[in-house]
Amino acid sequence: MNKQLLLGAEAIALGALDAGISGVYAYPGTPSTEITEYIQKNHADRIPPVRSSWSANEKTAYEAALGMSYAGKRSLVCMKHVGLNVAADAFINSAITGVNGGLVVAVADDPSMHSSQNEQDSRVYGKFAMLPVLEPSSQQDLYNAAREAFKLSESVQLPVLLRLTTRLAHSRAGVERTSAQPQNPLHALYAPERFVLIPQNARRQYNLLLGKQKDLEQLSEQSWLNRLVTGTGSTGVIAFGIAFNYTMEVRQAFALDFPVLQIGQYPLPRKQVESLFTSCDTILVAEEGYPVYEELLRGYFGGDNIRGRMDGTLPRAGELNADTIARGLGIEPKAVFTVPDIVVNRPPSLCKGCGHRDLYAALTKVMSSFAEHHVFSDIGCYTLGALEPFNAIHTCVDMGASITMAKGAADAGLRPAVAVIGDSTFTHSGMTGLLDAINDGSPLTVIIADNDTTAMTGGQQSSATGSRLLNICRGLGIEEQHLRTIIPLKSNLEENIRVLKEEIPYEGVSVVIAQRECVETAARKKRSKVSGT
Amino acid sequence: MQSNIILAGVGGQGILTIAAVIDRAALQSGLTIRQTEVHGMSQRGGAVQSHLRISDKEIYSDLIPEGAADLILSVEPLEALRYMPFLAPDGRIITSIDPFINIENYPSIEDILAELHRTNRPVLVNATELAREAGNAKTSNMVMLGAASRYIGIDEKQLEAAIGELFHGKGSAIVAVNIKAFRKGQELSQTQATET
Repeated sequence: MNKQLLLGAEAIALGALDAGISGVYAYPGTPSTEITEYIQKNHADRIPPVRSSWSANEKTAYEAALGMSYAGKRSLVCMKHVGLNVAADAFINSAITGVNGGLVVAVADDPSMHSSQNEQDSRVYGKFAMLPVLEPSSQQDLYNAAREAFKLSESVQLPVLLRLTTRLAHSRAGVERTSAQPQNPLHALYAPERFVLIPQNARRQYNLLLGKQKDLEQLSEQSWLNRLVTGTGSTGVIAFGIAFNYTMEVRQAFALDFPVLQIGQYPLPRKQVESLFTSCDTILVAEEGYPVYEELLRGYFGGDNIRGRMDGTLPRAGELNADTIARGLGIEPKAVFTVPDIVVNRPPSLCKGCGHRDLYAALTKVMSSFAEHHVFSDIGCYTLGALEPFNAIHTCVDMGASITMAKGAADAGLRPAVAVIGDSTFTHSGMTGLLDAINDGSPLTVIIADNDTTAMTGGQQSSATGSRLLNICRGLGIEEQHLRTIIPLKSNLEENIRVLKEEIPYEGVSVVIAQRECVETAARKKRSKVSGT
Repeated sequence: MQSNIILAGVGGQGILTIAAVIDRAALQSGLTIRQTEVHGMSQRGGAVQSHLRISDKEIYSDLIPEGAADLILSVEPLEALRYMPFLAPDGRIITSIDPFINIENYPSIEDILAELHRTNRPVLVNATELAREAGNAKTSNMVMLGAASRYIGIDEKQLEAAIGELFHGKGSAIVAVNIKAFRKGQELSQTQATET
């Protein structure tokens, strides 16, 4: 058995390991988490071992990866799509500096928002930064592409964006490895003309980047990731990334023979696209994500013979599947049964015995005594406090926004202003917001729900918990008497209500840290202790 | 051969363990596999599903198209019904009849069973009871795998061997109880098949 069964995310990880990376940098985020986790579990036999612990956020991760590349080694940086917003400053500017050792940015998008607050398409960032983007459609192709992306990165001296989407990230298939290659030697680059982005350097570097675009397009024309499946008929499909799988599924299931141009590397291979347009009357553009290239092609070729997400042939929002593609080609799928009326939704909920439950029990009780009871919250398991039966929080926008939105509302005069944020989200993007609030003396209570882990994504190491969180708050300037800790347990309800009642009306910044380990993490630790592993 | 299976349940009920056993057996049988999973927010007590496809030919889509599932294998009766649009006209539901009630508006079990009986020769399994008989209530997912094993398209011996390998690290007692649970499910399914 020379194949191993890997998630798409894991296939990228193994490809990167076999390409000789010296480090991976990441902050956990569904559906990208398993890339880094795989490397953490499988790097020990690499020489030297691959650096792989979690970063505080995507920006620090990206910059560290760029630094490793500067030093001549290959590095991988991974994140979910919204994480690229956090890392965008570093990402865009790294296209201007270029790289030394190969730098690959693996970004997992989440169309249909299975576990995200939007379905932004990272290919737009790729175009924006004018970088090569790879979008393979199978686990094996992900492995191969991840390997080759480092070589590509070094040959064009640019970061390479490797894009995948939820279904591929979280689907297993057999993957065959090729032999691993050694890590690069340390060869740090003195190249201030590239890496010091003062205007005169930046302008020259930017012109160099512009000058590379023709070469990048040429590479796309030759890439194995872009290929034509020949066929007959007047309708052709341009299938991007995973849309290729769904298109081929329909072609096979309904015994059709239309031509399919698979796109897995950008910039768009213009010649291949033109040739499909010449041979077909109608083109269906199937993209998993935004109609990024459909819009471009409509501008270029005119819209009359183009079908896709923009004219309603395919749904404008959400992920594709074989059924949406079939309908887009005028074929009604074979479904015969419907969901019985008695079937009700089963939304996710906080675990039984979770400390967040007890925190919200106390908080909701206290807030009910105020005329205005807005609670600004953040991203993590505790976001589930927005649902029944808690209905305890009223915002969740982006990592760290609880504190800063509460501050802004407090500045506007809202009383009380309360923020709930987790330990990992606080160290990701909450600390700077708290500093703003302290500098302004904004009347605000920040509750840090410290469960000692990054729970929602499966219990990864959090950057700072426990006493370190207290010390961070002290260092930022929280007054000692308004830095409180509680233990969110049922038996502590009265005590916790008392503490919150004392701090919430305070006309300055107070922090209440609710400390209790995640029940899942605790159970996992117990299990591993029992089995002795 | 090609087999399209929807695995269904509630986050934490162990459908990914069922998937792991089938994956392993399929890989050893030299078959092609695609198997999706749900990670992230839904894992917290929400509805979860896995699309599992095995074939001796190339498989393109990771997701099973509507009307193309040969089996819905569910460890929870309400969850079995949720994926009905995926079921092929001659497809079959194999489900545990033990409800997992973590929502207030959970329908009556009688209504659920009535809907299940309307489908094509369903295999309904008292999984928790059989798992207890096997020696551990937590093995009900292996009871369910056993109940489905004759319909999966892989040699049942191969599936049993895969259970042994998967649980190997947890000691021989754990392996034995899981295999016993698997066989309990097999027997029940065998009996139901001969009765109808």
